[in-house]
Amino acid sequence: MEIYERKVTAIIGPSGCGKSTLLRSLNRLVELVENVRVEGEVLFNGKNIYDSDPVEIRRRIGMVFQHPNPFPKSIFENVAYGPRVHGIKERRKLERIVEDSLKKAALWDEVNDRLNDLALGLSGGQQQRLCIARAIATNPEVILFDEPTSALDPIASSKIEDLIVDLKKKYTVVIVTHNIQQAGRIGDYVAFFWMGELVEYDKAEKIFEKPEKELTERYLTGRIG
Amino acid sequence: MKVLTGKKDRNRNRFNDKLKDRLFLILCLLTTVFGLVILSALITFTFVEAAAWLDWQFLTSPPSRFPEKAGIYPALVGSIYTIALVGLFTLPLGVSAALFLEEYSGRSRIAKIIEINISNLAAVPSIVYGLLGLGIFVSKLNMKPGIIIVGAFTLTLLILPVVIVASQEAIRAVPYSLREASYGLGATKWQTIRGIVLPSAMPGILTGTILALSRAIGETAPLIMIGAASSIFSAPKDFFSPFSAMPMQIFVWTDMPRNEFLHGVAPAGVVVLLAVMLSMNAFAIFLRNRYQKKLRG
Repeated sequence: MEIYERKVTAIIGPSGCGKSTLLRSLNRLVELVENVRVEGEVLFNGKNIYDSDPVEIRRRIGMVFQHPNPFPKSIFENVAYGPRVHGIKERRKLERIVEDSLKKAALWDEVNDRLNDLALGLSGGQQQRLCIARAIATNPEVILFDEPTSALDPIASSKIEDLIVDLKKKYTVVIVTHNIQQAGRIGDYVAFFWMGELVEYDKAEKIFEKPEKELTERYLTGRIG
Repeated sequence: MKVLTGKKDRNRNRFNDKLKDRLFLILCLLTTVFGLVILSALITFTFVEAAAWLDWQFLTSPPSRFPEKAGIYPALVGSIYTIALVGLFTLPLGVSAALFLEEYSGRSRIAKIIEINISNLAAVPSIVYGLLGLGIFVSKLNMKPGIIIVGAFTLTLLILPVVIVASQEAIRAVPYSLREASYGLGATKWQTIRGIVLPSAMPGILTGTILALSRAIGETAPLIMIGAASSIFSAPKDFFSPFSAMPMQIFVWTDMPRNEFLHGVAPAGVVVLLAVMLSMNAFAIFLRNRYQKKLRG
């Protein structure tokens, strides 16, 4: 399976089919689970990430999770956390990164007057955009989204979707979703997983208009799943 | 007919259930009231007896054969010095041990055995720790018996298991999603622990530690074992001076021949001890609230 640069690749499939695990193996977060065994390789810029430094990999491949999980710190500190752990100490530089990341995450206008407030005071949708800004702040090449809108209301969700479409100008996006419509709205490529196996992977139009496998069609039309 | 009886039965059952509900509530209420009555009686009697004796002179004088001249000053200072040291030793030791068990040791067999044993250690009678302190610090390491630092080491051993268990619980309560977010940004384990896990767990760790410290300040048995003075006439000058602690001094007073000691001076000592303990607990609550405010907004 190849993931294309500056495109949105959506991974769909029923619950428990291994979508999230797949996503977590793309930035080696899967290794944090106890008793896990990792096989195979993930090539990133031609190099197996399992032969590289996990810390560096996770900096270059950011991740946004299913539930907004801002740190119990201020808005500023949330975004600055990534750059800080990678050794940026200068206040000016950090301020620039924070502003830049918040702007890219379409949150700057809403929070620029209260950067020192606690992140947990924000609404769910804002928290999720903050998490996106936090991921952007380490200047990654790829951003992984694990069902980023499943804990949000429709309006907040659509803002996140617009944001993701916008982000692909600069970043490669992989998004896991069990919302088929969402995959259709924002995905350039769609991968369909079933019981831990990749069933079909193609351009979104192809998957949605005339899928090759019958299983895919049955899933998309809601007859299984 | 059958249906009718069924309905009747059900009604009776419901009545019975309600009655049981009521009875249980009354039982719970009575036990609570019982506890409260005993506690307030204890406090009232102590305070009434202490009232006439508790004054500035009592707080600033050394003990004496004459009840009107007796004071708690040396024991008060001894207790505070000791507890300050115990806090200084316990916090880093307890937190590091808890961090190791929670974050580094994994779920190996040895880690499990260590963990179970730490929980067991928390239940060992305090006099055993006194013997341990005497055995290690006085006999083996040749420190002087009855000095503050030996008392502090011994009390540290005593409350360390409690602090470790409390810190472990606080660390375990930090949501996994926060760690995941931190690792996801490319933070190392140490950065995640220092930047995310410890600050989030701090309120719980501090509360547990201070509660353990306020248990330590009331301990008598281990201090007797390591040879602390039961009554001392000058306050300790440094951490290597001989000392006495408040509970020991109180115990001595209850044993004095003159009645005023048992029904005046000793209760006054109890009130001072209680005041120190309660202010430590209040400080714990204050710290927790402050940290929580910082965390939750």
